[in-house]
Amino acid sequence: MPLIEFTDHGFYCRAGDFFIDPWRPVSKALITHGHSDHARWGSKSYLCHTDTKPILETRLGPGHYETVGYNEPISINGVNISLHPAAHIIGSSQIRLEHKGEVWVVSGDYKLENDGLSGEFEPVKCHNFISECTFGLPIYQWKPQAQIFSDIQQWVLKNKAAGKSSLLFAYSLGKAQRLLPCLAEVTDRILVHGAVYNVHMALVNAGIKLPEVHRVTPDTPKEWLKGAVVIAPSSAEGTPWMRRFAPLATGVCSGWMAVRGAMRRRNADAGFPLSDHADWDGLLKAIKATEAECVYVTHGFTAAFGRYLNEHGFNAKEVKTEYGDDETEEKSTDVLEKLEE
Amino acid sequence: MRHFAALVAKLGTTTKTNEKLDALVQYFSVADDRDKVWVIAIFSGRRPRRAVNTTQLATYCVELAKLPFWMFDECWHTVGDLAETIALLLPENETAYNERRDDERPLYYYIEQLKRIEKEEEPVRKKFIVESWAELNRSERFVFNKLITGSFRIGVSQKAMVNALAKATSAEASVIAHRISGNWDPGTITFDELTGDEAHATDLSKPYPFYLAYALEDEPASLGNPEDWQVEWKWDGIRGLIIKRQGELFVWSRGEELMTEKFPEYHSLQYLLPDGIALDGEIISLPPAEAGATTFRRPLPFSSLQTRIGRKNVTKKQLQEAPAGFIVYDLLEYEGEDWRSRPLSERRSKLEALMAQWNYTALELSPVVRFEDWEELKTLREQSREMNAEGFMIKKRSSIYQVGRKRGDWWKWKIDPLTIDAVMIYAQKGAGRRSGLYTDYTFAVWDGDKLVPFTKAYSGLTDKEFAQVDAFVKRNSLEKFGPVRTVKPELVFELAFEGIAASNRHKSGVALRFPRMLRWRKDKTVTEINTLEDLKRMLEVYGK
Repeated sequence: MPLIEFTDHGFYCRAGDFFIDPWRPVSKALITHGHSDHARWGSKSYLCHTDTKPILETRLGPGHYETVGYNEPISINGVNISLHPAAHIIGSSQIRLEHKGEVWVVSGDYKLENDGLSGEFEPVKCHNFISECTFGLPIYQWKPQAQIFSDIQQWVLKNKAAGKSSLLFAYSLGKAQRLLPCLAEVTDRILVHGAVYNVHMALVNAGIKLPEVHRVTPDTPKEWLKGAVVIAPSSAEGTPWMRRFAPLATGVCSGWMAVRGAMRRRNADAGFPLSDHADWDGLLKAIKATEAECVYVTHGFTAAFGRYLNEHGFNAKEVKTEYGDDETEEKSTDVLEKLEE
Repeated sequence: MRHFAALVAKLGTTTKTNEKLDALVQYFSVADDRDKVWVIAIFSGRRPRRAVNTTQLATYCVELAKLPFWMFDECWHTVGDLAETIALLLPENETAYNERRDDERPLYYYIEQLKRIEKEEEPVRKKFIVESWAELNRSERFVFNKLITGSFRIGVSQKAMVNALAKATSAEASVIAHRISGNWDPGTITFDELTGDEAHATDLSKPYPFYLAYALEDEPASLGNPEDWQVEWKWDGIRGLIIKRQGELFVWSRGEELMTEKFPEYHSLQYLLPDGIALDGEIISLPPAEAGATTFRRPLPFSSLQTRIGRKNVTKKQLQEAPAGFIVYDLLEYEGEDWRSRPLSERRSKLEALMAQWNYTALELSPVVRFEDWEELKTLREQSREMNAEGFMIKKRSSIYQVGRKRGDWWKWKIDPLTIDAVMIYAQKGAGRRSGLYTDYTFAVWDGDKLVPFTKAYSGLTDKEFAQVDAFVKRNSLEKFGPVRTVKPELVFELAFEGIAASNRHKSGVALRFPRMLRWRKDKTVTEINTLEDLKRMLEVYGK
C-alpha cells in the first residue's frame, strides 16, 4: 500500500490515519494552506502551519487546531511529518511525510518567487511528489513581481491623474496582502472590501505586520471615495458596492490575465498577470529539484502537463482532485463573504 | 512598432467607446504618416498578403521554444489565437530588448519586409520572422504575428476609426468614411492623399459607404403614418454596390471587397449602363428573365448564392444552377452626381424610370410593398419565407442616404427565426474573449434511438450561461478528440436559424443558415428534443 492513497475524500495516509487537504469532513486533516478549496469545513481536528491557524479560525470558526512551524518534525502514528515553505500565501506549506524510508511531499499550491510575505520556496527531495499544475502550460511565464508592481503603480497614478479611483480585484487571502506594499508606495490610504479586511485583521491580530488598510463601510467619508485606491475580491465585481468609487477604473490581478481573451472576458480596464502559483518554468524547476521517482499532477492542465513530464524523463501520473482551477474564483459559500453581507 | 503595439493593447483592454476613440485619436496625432496609412488599411480589413503560413510559423516557434508540436496545439486551443499563442510561447529577453529600445523600427518597415519576403525562398522568410521575433517584446510580437496571420479583430469598429480620423484631421466623419473606402494601395498612397481634400476624385471605383438599418424593436405602428414610409422586402443575399464610371464597371460587396470578376452575369452592364452611375442593391441568386416577362422574378434561397461566394472561377454548371442577379434598391449616383442627399422619394422615382427604360436581365427592381395600414403589413410579412426574403425594410420616404448604421429613418423588420430543440453532444474551446472556455458546441437531434449531429452554434448565451455550460463540459466530458470533447447528452437548447437547405456534406442531410442558441431549455430533458424527421419536414416546407 503506498503511503498516500487517493480517495474520494482526498489524500489519505493509512499508516498515520490522517488526510491532507480533504474535501469532505474527516477526523484528522493536515492543511497545506488557508484557501477555501484546500481548507474545508467540518473535520474534527486540523494540523497546519502557525500562520495558517488564524486564517482557519476566521474561515471555519472555532475548532480543534494544532500548529507547527516550518522544519519542525513531528510524528503521527509513526509517520514523520514536517512542513516546508510553499511560498504560495502566508503560512502555505508543502507537507513532507516519511515512513519506513519512503518520502512523499504534498505541495499544495506553490510558487517559486519570494513575494516578501509568504517565505522562500524550499525544494524538498522525495520519492513521490504531488504537484499542482494550475498554470501547467508554457504560455504561462510570469514577469518578476517588481515589474508587475511597477505596472500597477503606474496604472494607479494614471487613474489618479484622470480623477478616477483604482479598484483592484484580488483574492482576499494572499493576493490582497501581497499588493499592500506595492500600493503603499503610491497612496497613503488603501481602502479594502470587508472580505479583505477580515482576513487582514485575522493576520494582524496574529502578529503579522502589514501596511495599514481602511475598511469600506457606509460611514467611510465621501471624500475618501473619490480617487480612492481599493482592493476587493472579484465577487464584488459588477455589484452596486463598486459604484460608490465612481468614476473608477478596474484592474484584475490574476495569472489568467496573461491571456488576452481571459482579460477581455473579465471586462476590466486592466489585467495584471500577478499569480500566487508557479508558472511553467517554475513548475518544471520545482519538480526537477525534488528528484522524485514519481510525480502526481493535480488540479490544472493535468493531461498536457503530465504528458510533457513523461516525454521528458519523469514518471508522471494524473490525479483527480476537487481543488479549484481558478485562482480568481472565490467560492460564494465562503464564510468571509457571508460576514460581509 | 511600439506605438502600434500600445494602441492595440489599449483597444484590446478598454471596454469604453470613448477611451478607444481617445486612444485612436492619440495614435493618429503622433504616429508616422506611413504607419497611419497602414493602420487605416489594417483596421478596415486590408491586410498584406500572408507571407508565411500557419504551419511554418508554428514550426519556427516550437524550434525556438523547444516544445513538442502537440504542446503547441494544446496551448493554441487554450489561448484561442495563433498570433498570441506564439507571442506567449517565445522566450522573452527583456534585457536585450531594453538595450534596443532606441532604434526601434516603425510599423511600415515590418509590413514592407513582409511584402518583400512573400516571393522569397523559405529560408529567407524564416530568417526575417525569427530575427523580428528576437527584436520585439511580447506585445509587439503579438501585433507582428497578427500582421501575418490576418484578421485584426481587436475590438475597434470601422466606425470608431472613422470617427477618430475625423477628429484628428478635423473633417466630417461621413466624408472620411467615403475617402477611405474602396480601392487604394496602402503601400503607395500617402496619408494626405488618402484623407486630404484633393485626393478622392481620382479613384474611379470609389464606392459610397452603405447606409445600414437597425432592427425595429417596437410595433411598426410606432412609426406613425404608413404613407410616410416605403416598404420593400428584405432580400437575403449580399448587399452590393454596382458602379459604372468612364466606361468601367465595379461591383462592391458589404465587406468592401471588389467582386466584379466573380459575377460574369454583371459584365454586360459595363456596356449597357450609362456612365456616372451607382446602384445600391442585393447580389442574389436570380433565375434568368423569360422573354417578354415583366413580373418580378422571385430569388433563389441564399444557399444557392453560397455556392458562388469565395470562388474565383465559376463553372458553366454553377452559372446555370445558381445564376446571379442584382436586386436594385437605390440610386446613389446619376450622371456623375452624388444623389445621396436627395430624398428617397426622388431617388426612387428616378430609379423606377431608369429601370423601366433599361430592362436588363441582370437587374431587377426591388418591388415596393403596397399596404393600407400596419396591420396589413404584419399579415404580408408572413409571406416572407415564401418570397425567400428575411422580412421587410421600412424606409422613410423623405430620408437621405446616410453613412453606416443609423437610427430613425431606415428600419429592418425581420421575421421570427425558425427554431428547434436539440441536445449538445460536442464542445470545443472558443477564441477571443472566450479563449479557454468551452463555448463552441455541436448539437444533435434524435434519429430513431440515435443522436445525429446537425449543426454547430457559438452564440446566444450570456457570459454567465457560457460559464455554467463550460463547467458542465469540464465535469461531463466522455472522450477527447484533439480539441473536441464529447459530452454527456444532457443539456437541451432551443436553436434559432434563418433558413434550412439540403446538404450532402452533412450527415444529417441538412444545413442551417445562421444557427444560434436562442434559449437554454433547462426545463427539457434529452428525451424531449426534436427529431431528424422534424428537420426534414422543415426542409420540405422552407428549404425550396
